[in-house]
Amino acid sequence: MTNLSEEKTTPMIAPNTPEPAKSRTVRFRIKRTDGPGKNSRWESFDVPVEPGANVISCLQYIAANPVTIEGKKTTPVVWDSGCLEEVCGACSMVINGRVRQSCSCLIDQYAPNDGDVITLEPMTKFPVIRDLWVDRERLFYHLRKIQAWVPIDGTYSRGPGPREDPEHQQMRYKLSTCMSCGCCLEACPQYTLEEHEEKWDEAFVGAAVLSQARYFNEHETGKRLKSLRLDVLSGPGGVNDCGNAQNCVKVCPKEIPLTESIAAIGRSTTLHSITKFFTGK
Amino acid sequence: MSGSANQRIAIVGGGLAGLAAAVRIAESGMHADLFSLVPVKRSHSVCAQGGINACNDIARQQGYSEYEHFDETIYGGDYLGDQHPVLEMANWAPRIIDLLDRMGVPFNRTSEGFRDLRLFGGSLFKRTHFSGATTGQQLLYALDEQVRRYEAEGLVKKYEFWEFLWPVIDGEGENSRCVGIVAQDLRTMQIRSFRADAVVMATGGPGLVFGKSTNSVMCNGGAASRCYQAGAWYANPEMIQVHPTAIPGADKCRLMSESARGEGGRVWVPRKPGDSRKPSQIPETERWYFLEEKYPKYGNLVPRDIATREIFDVCVNQGMGVGGGNMVYLDLTHKDPEYLTTKLGGIMEIYEKFVGEDPRYTPMKIFPAVHYSMGGLWTTFTKGSYNPETPYGSHKSGTATPIDSEPGRGMAIGATNNAMTNIPGLYAFGEVNFAYHGATRLGANALLSCIFDGLFCGLGVVNYVKDEVTPEHRAENLHASIYDRVVKQEQDKVDRLVQSASQGGSDPQTNPYQIARELGDEMTAACTVVKTHDRLTKCIENLRQLRDRYNRVRLSDDAIWTNQSLSFTRATGDMIILAELIALASLERKESRGSHYRLDFPERDDANFLKTCTGEYDPATGSHRILWREVDTSLVKPRARTYGKVEAAPEKKTIATANA
Ligand SMILES: Cc1cc2nc3c(=O)[nH]c(=O)nc-3n(C[C@H](O)[C@H](O)[C@H](O)COP(=O)(O)OP(=O)(O)OC[C@H]3O[C@@H](n4cnc5c(N)ncnc54)[C@H](O)[C@@H]3O)c2cc1C
Ligand code: SF4
Ligand code: SF4
Ligand code: FES
Repeated sequence: MTNLSEEKTTPMIAPNTPEPAKSRTVRFRIKRTDGPGKNSRWESFDVPVEPGANVISCLQYIAANPVTIEGKKTTPVVWDSGCLEEVCGACSMVINGRVRQSCSCLIDQYAPNDGDVITLEPMTKFPVIRDLWVDRERLFYHLRKIQAWVPIDGTYSRGPGPREDPEHQQMRYKLSTCMSCGCCLEACPQYTLEEHEEKWDEAFVGAAVLSQARYFNEHETGKRLKSLRLDVLSGPGGVNDCGNAQNCVKVCPKEIPLTESIAAIGRSTTLHSITKFFTGK
Repeated sequence: MSGSANQRIAIVGGGLAGLAAAVRIAESGMHADLFSLVPVKRSHSVCAQGGINACNDIARQQGYSEYEHFDETIYGGDYLGDQHPVLEMANWAPRIIDLLDRMGVPFNRTSEGFRDLRLFGGSLFKRTHFSGATTGQQLLYALDEQVRRYEAEGLVKKYEFWEFLWPVIDGEGENSRCVGIVAQDLRTMQIRSFRADAVVMATGGPGLVFGKSTNSVMCNGGAASRCYQAGAWYANPEMIQVHPTAIPGADKCRLMSESARGEGGRVWVPRKPGDSRKPSQIPETERWYFLEEKYPKYGNLVPRDIATREIFDVCVNQGMGVGGGNMVYLDLTHKDPEYLTTKLGGIMEIYEKFVGEDPRYTPMKIFPAVHYSMGGLWTTFTKGSYNPETPYGSHKSGTATPIDSEPGRGMAIGATNNAMTNIPGLYAFGEVNFAYHGATRLGANALLSCIFDGLFCGLGVVNYVKDEVTPEHRAENLHASIYDRVVKQEQDKVDRLVQSASQGGSDPQTNPYQIARELGDEMTAACTVVKTHDRLTKCIENLRQLRDRYNRVRLSDDAIWTNQSLSFTRATGDMIILAELIALASLERKESRGSHYRLDFPERDDANFLKTCTGEYDPATGSHRILWREVDTSLVKPRARTYGKVEAAPEKKTIATANA
């Protein structure tokens, strides 16, 4: 094996940053809520910016040093995160008035100057659990409702799945990258806060779910449930609730062609209703 | 005997391993309760990028086989993996790909519509199936969707945002059995027990023990540590994989998948130390492609431990890193940008977003980072039907294999102890166990092992519940006190922590975040690429101090609703205990093998250390005991692990049984 020297074992994993960036701070204004039904308040924190800092690393700093700019000791801010590389969808929040992933919000790009202010608020279309953490269960409820799965005949070996044209695969792949982050729902004027599960059957499913319906309808086996999905989506809360404002597609971090998906589902439901009307099925 | 309608299985973790188990269990008609810190769709498996390995028709026609996949995995793991389970896994791999394909995973396609393949580390054949560079996301979603289906049917009940706190174990010693868990709702903070006739731990790896790693924020190993403290053995803790190619950030290190090299990425540094020219201005002749030079056969696709040590050598010992720092180029700029988008879009985006440069046109600057734990909860298995009298020698591609790839050759199908820990009824699936990967995991084998565990070993769990849990031992018939005791233990822990908040003070000595940070720094410095006796001894001493400080830890939040720092602080204590074990095992393994490299013992020592290092915890004294268990090497003979390195003295290791 290569000769590796002993005294130099430490610097490996943390790469040396030759010239430490000029130290500066960014001010965070954070909307805080202690729990469901509680009033919210604003608190501000000054956070020194580390090289490569993002909103999450700043929240981590605040968690370790929960002291406001007035010098008041407070509780650590609560937030949701997971992968820290924009693939899990957990960390959506409203940053300076716009919904986005907080993990990919890099401070040097987003707030390049000393003393810049970043405002963090929880998404408004989902019930707040605490501070920046919201409950997106409604999204998963709607995925269950549209039967967002491929109905396979069990997990024992039955040979390969259907062959697929690479262009079709690329189209499905794009749809498959939806990480249920909820940004498209937050931005949609038709999607409104609905705290009570009993109301979810009537409430708009939103762009993400419409696009997932298309994803499964596009699969050879997934197609078998197409007419059930279209039944749901031509009813209340379905595709007809979409006002075509196209806000959704502008905020999707995965650049999923949501308006195309909505149009595709719209066409399918129309066809489906006509067929149903004439065949009675 | 067969089960009753009230029998339930608890699955802790909804990554690939937990979801695959849930599907298999629900499919058998049995009820499963599925626990996860996060909605299962957001589990860490979502991060996996490069792909999943399996023998396939193309490779087969070039002389590859399931057997060779098995052989590569054993060789890659430097012979520390038990061989029978690995054989079974390799044999099932093609079936697993077919199944995922049927579930609708958008695997990349060839122009004729077949599944595309790519090259990956440790193999000379294309045997890695992929879906862009977000394979884990696509696989996780496919399994998540299947679980959603069983959830709609009422067979799976999800407990998301619930934290596993402790296993409930009934009986003592030989007669002890795991009969449920205690968990906490992270929103309401309610603590309660869940009865279960079997418990499957599928809680993933412990990356956070090292502070910044390529892992997600919930990969803290806390759940595994709690099982360990409750009596489960923990095997090969010292085997931590440091991935050669990641980009550092303030909060984590983001991986640049091995698939970048699989698709032709080349690692190099300027031949002139400290060369300040832009990489594009450095002519071909003035670049040092050190991996290709030293390993003409495997080139950039040597296993990760080897690539990492070579990068370490080039940067740290020779001072040849880019700009004099600890970094090297990972270069894809010679490839067609559109090709890169189709094959590697996911990681191209990550690099662009987090570094701000387009890797299609500028070589990436990368560094090693802690990535994966080969070690984990110790598990056992029942050997399958292939039991040769003497282990086979070196297998050559294209020659007949000693055994076919029928199911049941490696492990007995449906055996109730497959992937079971030393505590009956407590199983460990996926990254949280120690099986399959020995001393180094080959790229794209983890996703496979997770799904294999869920599907193959999941069957054994069902059989255990049906056949081995007698009616009087069923969880539903047990006395409530067995459960209440553990609930109280955990409630007391929480009360203690919450009360500490009132003791105020912002002393960094007792700040949980500060303690966790120091833990990560210490572990990264002492227990990763290069380890030594002196540094490890110091590390153990430093960990002792951290444990003392932890015992005086002060919370900064006394909320009884959604108290995240409580959960973080609790896990930090469990991480320290796991860290102690990692350091101790690193000290005790006085040899170098796979990812474990001891500067003071640079050679592999099969005579003394071709053994599974097993930790046992003594809760009374809070101390660890290390025992060495035999490795199942009955199928192939250990040989020197050189990957065809060319150098004056390519391999100094002495191998006891290397004349194969
Ligand atoms: C960046 C990256 C890229 C990778 N790429 C590849 C690749 O290309 N190919 C490959 O084969 N492997 C890859 N790996 C490795 C692979 O992704 C992991 O080993 C694998 O996903 C682990 O899956 P798992 O099911 O065991 O656990 P995880 O996916 O980590 O899931 C763990 C689950 O347990 C839950 N959990 C944890 N603790 C608790 C608790 N206390 N209470 C309740 N629930 C808990 C979590 O919520 C989660 O649901 C990669 C890893 C990383 C970090
Ligand atoms: S297009 Fe439809 S779904 Fe999208 S934002 Fe507008 S109303 Fe909402
Ligand atoms: S469609 Fe886009 S914005 Fe909407 S949930 Fe999916 S990833 Fe998020
Ligand atoms: S933490 Fe996963 S998307 Fe931001």
